[in-house]
Amino acid sequence: MSRHVFRDIRGTLQPFWVTLRNLFRKPVTVQYPEQKQQLPERYRARLILTRDPDGGERCVACHLCSAACPVDCISMQATEAADGRRYAAWFRINFTRCIFCGLCTEACPTKAIQVTADFELAGRDPLKLVYEKVDLLVDHCGNDNSYNFYHQTGIGVTAPRGENPQETKPMDVKDLMP
Amino acid sequence: MADTLFTVVLILAKLALIFGVVLFMAAYLVLAERKILGRMQLRYGPNRVGPFGLMQPLADVIKLLTKEDFLPARADKWLFLVAPGITAVTALLVFAVVPFGPTIEVFGRTIPAAVVDLNVGVLYFLGVSSMAVYGVVLGGWASCSKYSLLGSVRGLSQMVSYELSLGLSLVPVIMMARSFSLHDIVMAQASVPFLLLNPVACFVFLICILAESNRIPFDLPEAENELVGGFHTEYSGMRFGLFFVGEYINLVVLGSLMTVFFLGGWHGPWLPPVVWFLIKVLMVCGLFIWIRACLPRLRYDQLMNLGWKVLLPVSLLNILVTGAVLLGLGL
Amino acid sequence: MTATLIFYLLGAVALVTTALAIIQRNPVYAVIYLVKSIFALALIFYLLGAPLVAALQVIVYAGAIMVLFLFVIMMLEITPVSARKSSAPGWLSWTPVVLVALVLAVMTLLLIGLDPVAEQGIPRWHATPRDFGYALFNEYALAVKIISFQLSFAAVGAFHIGLTERRRARMEKDS
Repeated sequence: MSRHVFRDIRGTLQPFWVTLRNLFRKPVTVQYPEQKQQLPERYRARLILTRDPDGGERCVACHLCSAACPVDCISMQATEAADGRRYAAWFRINFTRCIFCGLCTEACPTKAIQVTADFELAGRDPLKLVYEKVDLLVDHCGNDNSYNFYHQTGIGVTAPRGENPQETKPMDVKDLMP
Repeated sequence: MADTLFTVVLILAKLALIFGVVLFMAAYLVLAERKILGRMQLRYGPNRVGPFGLMQPLADVIKLLTKEDFLPARADKWLFLVAPGITAVTALLVFAVVPFGPTIEVFGRTIPAAVVDLNVGVLYFLGVSSMAVYGVVLGGWASCSKYSLLGSVRGLSQMVSYELSLGLSLVPVIMMARSFSLHDIVMAQASVPFLLLNPVACFVFLICILAESNRIPFDLPEAENELVGGFHTEYSGMRFGLFFVGEYINLVVLGSLMTVFFLGGWHGPWLPPVVWFLIKVLMVCGLFIWIRACLPRLRYDQLMNLGWKVLLPVSLLNILVTGAVLLGLGL
Repeated sequence: MTATLIFYLLGAVALVTTALAIIQRNPVYAVIYLVKSIFALALIFYLLGAPLVAALQVIVYAGAIMVLFLFVIMMLEITPVSARKSSAPGWLSWTPVVLVALVLAVMTLLLIGLDPVAEQGIPRWHATPRDFGYALFNEYALAVKIISFQLSFAAVGAFHIGLTERRRARMEKDS
């Protein structure tokens, strides 16, 4: 026990010196509404729906994001265009429930749903925080300017079979040639 | 008749003055504590309401007054309603005997600069401050909640552990001043404050008033992170405000008693006596705030061990030594 | 005249609160009534010119012994007896404030009436703490010694009872 006496006395007195020193340091607080912090590029906050490089919607209404969402804040109605291209008739995210976890963006196969650094979503009316497709859809490609789902894997819908980059011609099943 | 009237008016005036000053000090001590704690933790503390957050106490009062006054189901109504009053009143009552300056001459009379200069002032302080625990205990018991009850039981056991040492640490002061009157105690420190003559008693007294004020490291009855809010868990609105204000009034009162007993009261060079008194009180309050920023909370049994096995023997020995020295010096 | 009036008032308060302390079913209430009775007694002592005894009455009985009583009662009984549902506080909500005002007013009146500095009010025989000490340690020195011996016996006895088996065995082995 006597071994620790000096350590204990030092441990009791040291905080007094540390706090006294801190008293004369500049606080690290960012005075929020006046000063804004530079957020990291990959900060996860408000969700958006992006477009592909050709300007079309990326979302194919596969429901994977709403399935991945832990708080069930994403809902949509899937529908199909005349050419067989799927899209969402309506798409709704309830930001009063969203916890900014970003799991929907992990789940999205078409990179349609993406996160932005805009976290300032406060308001008095909760219904104003229910964002419809019009509010969510943006006019850019988000964090990937080249990716176009239908050019990679869209089969027979937006591009004819075998016309996509890195895709081989379709095989003629009645031919014996390899 | 005119004489009596004069006395009545004088006492009422002194009461109003002290009431105002102490409440003002308590309100701004809350702000000072939040600011200083903030800076010690590299934060700013409140700085939104008014310049440098100076209107924060006003905002707090408005918030507390307009909040819902809530009575928990199955609470003991009368005790629940009265308990915050006990805490605030006992804290204020102690101040009645604190002398904040030398006697003054007004219209050919000598008037003590305290509401009343009791010849048993020290005992009055001990008696009234031992009543303060009833506010904590009855409030916690009447709330009919586990956390509150635990808080009040802790308050009781804490009070039992430190109250004895608190009284005994003042015995050497009384022996050296040869009086129970706070005015005489200050007069006895005209040349040397008792802090230098008897540092042991001063240290024991400091630890005991830390426990008396229910502050870190002895804030067991509140213990936010174990008992939600301890005895005031179920309180809201102005009733919580009374507990809160009572605690800070208590801080001012204990600071001024520390000043009176050990720091030489209003004695000091160059500046007027009342200014010296205020400076010393604020220094003690600052020390309390600083301690809050530095030390962790003691455990229940550690506090009882400290009170009964360390502070009590030390203060008893201190009485013995002080008595022997006084006898040896032939005082 | 005033002193007599205050004396009888305090006497009545002491009697009534003591009676209430006996007939109360709720032990916490009983303790509170007893505290009130002790307060009235202390004020009577003060009126009779013994401020030291008055202060000791409050410090020792109301401040320490009743606190221990409360401690034990709280350990025994967890829920308050009044199990009825309590309604929201209406005009009652300002009770604490009124209480503050009342107590302060009463204190002021008492201090004016009994102000030892103003040298007025009730003339009385005055037992200063010094007189009290001289009487206690000269005339009653033997009684004080006997009582303190008894207290130390009690302390040793309490220590013995409080020993656990293991510590007792260890202490016997040491000696």
